[in-house]
Amino acid sequence: MSVTRRRFLKLGLTTLAGVGGAMALDGFWRGSAEASEVLTDQKALKAKHWAMVIDSDRLKSAENVQRMIDACHRTHNVPDFGNSKDEIKWMGTETYEHAFPGQENGYLNEGIKEKLFPVLCNHCENPACVRVCPTQATFKRPDGIVAMDYHRCIGCRFCMAACAFGARSFNFRDPRPFIKQVNPDFPTRTKGVVEKCNFCVERLEKGLPPACVEASNGALIFGDLDDPNSEVRQVLATHYSIRRKPELGTEPSVYYLIGGGEEHA
Amino acid sequence: MYKGGRIIAGLLLFACLALMPFLINIGKAAAKPSPQVNTPFIQQLTTQTCVEPAAFMKTEHMQLLNQWRDAALRDGKTVYVNSQGQSFPISLENSCLKCHSNPQQFCNTCHTYAAVKPYCWDCHNQGGTSQ
Repeated sequence: MSVTRRRFLKLGLTTLAGVGGAMALDGFWRGSAEASEVLTDQKALKAKHWAMVIDSDRLKSAENVQRMIDACHRTHNVPDFGNSKDEIKWMGTETYEHAFPGQENGYLNEGIKEKLFPVLCNHCENPACVRVCPTQATFKRPDGIVAMDYHRCIGCRFCMAACAFGARSFNFRDPRPFIKQVNPDFPTRTKGVVEKCNFCVERLEKGLPPACVEASNGALIFGDLDDPNSEVRQVLATHYSIRRKPELGTEPSVYYLIGGGEEHA
Repeated sequence: MYKGGRIIAGLLLFACLALMPFLINIGKAAAKPSPQVNTPFIQQLTTQTCVEPAAFMKTEHMQLLNQWRDAALRDGKTVYVNSQGQSFPISLENSCLKCHSNPQQFCNTCHTYAAVKPYCWDCHNQGGTSQ
């Protein structure tokens, strides 16, 4: 008996579907390592909402602030181009009227007026930078840290335009030749990506406090804002604190204690 | 053929030029890459195995590196437990490069052969770590 046209087509299509399906399944299984898993490090510091309190009274001089900035920039291989146009900073300084616009007045005491406040990424609860990022290169982690995936950054700088705090810098040039001493434990960045403070997420994962907090001699307090017993909550409960540009509704996670500053007067 | 000599000579010249890359490279096949795994650190290991079997690493290391990147960066998961139950820190610098401290003789041999240009080293430090 000869094969009918109908039977030939049926057999042919079934065979094709079988081969195709097997190939697809094979590719699927090979896509990931068998029986492997990823876990959080046991030593890692955990929190529901990381936050920082900056006690400006304990930062008596510009050197105190500079020491923290140096510690941060050394740890994270932040380049120094030597000019403000290309400047990259994870932590910087601002005067009161620039850090807290709208809260200044003409009769501020001299101590506050001339003081340089440390400024960094506020790791906002409603981060504008995350909303505008077209590639999800910048994203908010469950622990409240606004992190960046430099692999994904396409350098569009929408995030820089969206950030109300100027916390982000762009690598207009290859940063590598301008890093004085490379910290081999942390990657550098490349030309064409935006970068910013990461709340030392890589140190928290190893159980260490952020580099600036370590270098601050107690002027910076770091902890879990969702834990009522944490040090940050204790400090916020007993001191008057302000945040940068609260009227924008981004809910910064960096708090400043401004204690009058009579010792500077 | 009208002006046949010129046409044939021209055709021959064209064929020679078009085939030039092949003619020049006859008998000069690129050597099969031989990635070096005999770094001092690997030699000291009692069982010289990677985080997963070598066959898996050869074909799937790029997918594994992508998984590692997303796990560490996005989910904060920095420990990898492999199919044998051993755990390793998820880190290009502190895990991969600790053993493969010779990326020039290891990574680059195959990548050059296959004309692949990964941009890992644009940011990650090739020189190994302090740990």
